[in-house]
Amino acid sequence: MNPTVDALRATFGSAIGRGLESCGDTIVYVARAALLDAMTWLRDTPQQGYDYLVDVTAVEYRDRERPLEVVYFLRSLARRADLRVKVELDQRGDLSVDSVVPLWRGADWLERETYDMFGVSFRGHPDLRVKVELDPRGDLSVDSVVPLWRGADWLERETYDMFGVSFRGHPDLRRILMWETYAEGYPLRKDFPLRGRFSRAEQVRQALGANPEAHYSMEELSIAEAYDELPADMKERLRRGERGKLPDSE
Amino acid sequence: MKRVIETKEVSGQSPNYLLAKFQDLVDWAVNSSRANSLWPMPFGTACCAIEFMATAASRYDFARFGMERQAFSPRQADVLICAGRLPFKLAPVIRRIYDQMPQPKWVISMGACASTGGIFDNYAMVQGIDTIVPVDVYVPGCPPRPEGLLYGVLLLHKKIKGESLFDRVPRREEQLLDERGLRLPPEQIDEISEPFGNSVHQFRSA
Repeated sequence: MNPTVDALRATFGSAIGRGLESCGDTIVYVARAALLDAMTWLRDTPQQGYDYLVDVTAVEYRDRERPLEVVYFLRSLARRADLRVKVELDQRGDLSVDSVVPLWRGADWLERETYDMFGVSFRGHPDLRVKVELDPRGDLSVDSVVPLWRGADWLERETYDMFGVSFRGHPDLRRILMWETYAEGYPLRKDFPLRGRFSRAEQVRQALGANPEAHYSMEELSIAEAYDELPADMKERLRRGERGKLPDSE
Repeated sequence: MKRVIETKEVSGQSPNYLLAKFQDLVDWAVNSSRANSLWPMPFGTACCAIEFMATAASRYDFARFGMERQAFSPRQADVLICAGRLPFKLAPVIRRIYDQMPQPKWVISMGACASTGGIFDNYAMVQGIDTIVPVDVYVPGCPPRPEGLLYGVLLLHKKIKGESLFDRVPRREEQLLDERGLRLPPEQIDEISEPFGNSVHQFRSA
């Protein structure tokens, strides 16, 4: 048995549950409320020095009465010692536990995975997701966040392209995956038929009617500096901003 | 086409016999030159392009068949190899590349997706590049092994060696059906693009 368990028990008392050994690995159960303190102590106490969080995952047993366990695999790189810390969560109760991302940055995706696969939510995890609900039959528009994050530019363009959500205040809301004269609608909507709305022949005709050079703005082609050396006809097309002709339907 | 060559009767053989012999000789010389120095224009869009690269690399080495130089410019290419699925957004691109290649030119459609749309029977994918450009050799597979592509190249050699400079219909630019660039009648495109195999039963098909 790893001596760390006794040291933990001496420090945190009744917050430390049973310790056991399995296949040479020591497992120690920690009360949910004491998790963050215990982990901080394990990382920062020099004699322990568990500086590497190998994995975070969960275990759910077939017996529904047994609690769900969140498992932390710790390793001390200097001492070459391993420790497995478990927190038990009641299946019928609140499936949440404190996030250890402030201690180990690498826990970010591991906790996300555990949330994804088991539904355990980690309090204080930095990756906050905000959802806005829109009525698909109503007004599909939200304010753009490009003024806050410049990187939202293409993400919002993609959402517009695939779902038809328009972002108010977006600087350049054009289709990004489909070409700009695409007239069949928004492909990721549930009412969009998988093979598209038009016949294959019409799709081929419209695709061939698109001007491939117009799929990209000058800036995206990064030829703005070379503009003076371009052939005259290409210059003319770029100057007009020609993007093909929108079909009459829709 | 009038081909008159002044010949004398040579020991009872007809002039036509000599003419045919001469034409065969010219065809043999020209076709061997063409077939044995095919410069490919790689149009790699997906995993087939990885197999294409393997075919070009030392183990399979399609330089053995005269494809030493890959032409990354359509102006110096003889054969367009479409390796991978073609989305509708790339349809005008491959059409323009094909149009930029000088005659004589050939097209190899490499893999299931380029030939038929493959597993991508959806709104974004061309169901076979033959709806966009004429195809000479279809190489099946997902993706085809390098041997498969080499076999396709050898079939193309065979096809080239069967051509004749003296054909009634000489090689010329393809005449498109309308100004939007369709090369096949719409009914034919729809027929080619019909779902087949497991794709018939796919969920949410229109």
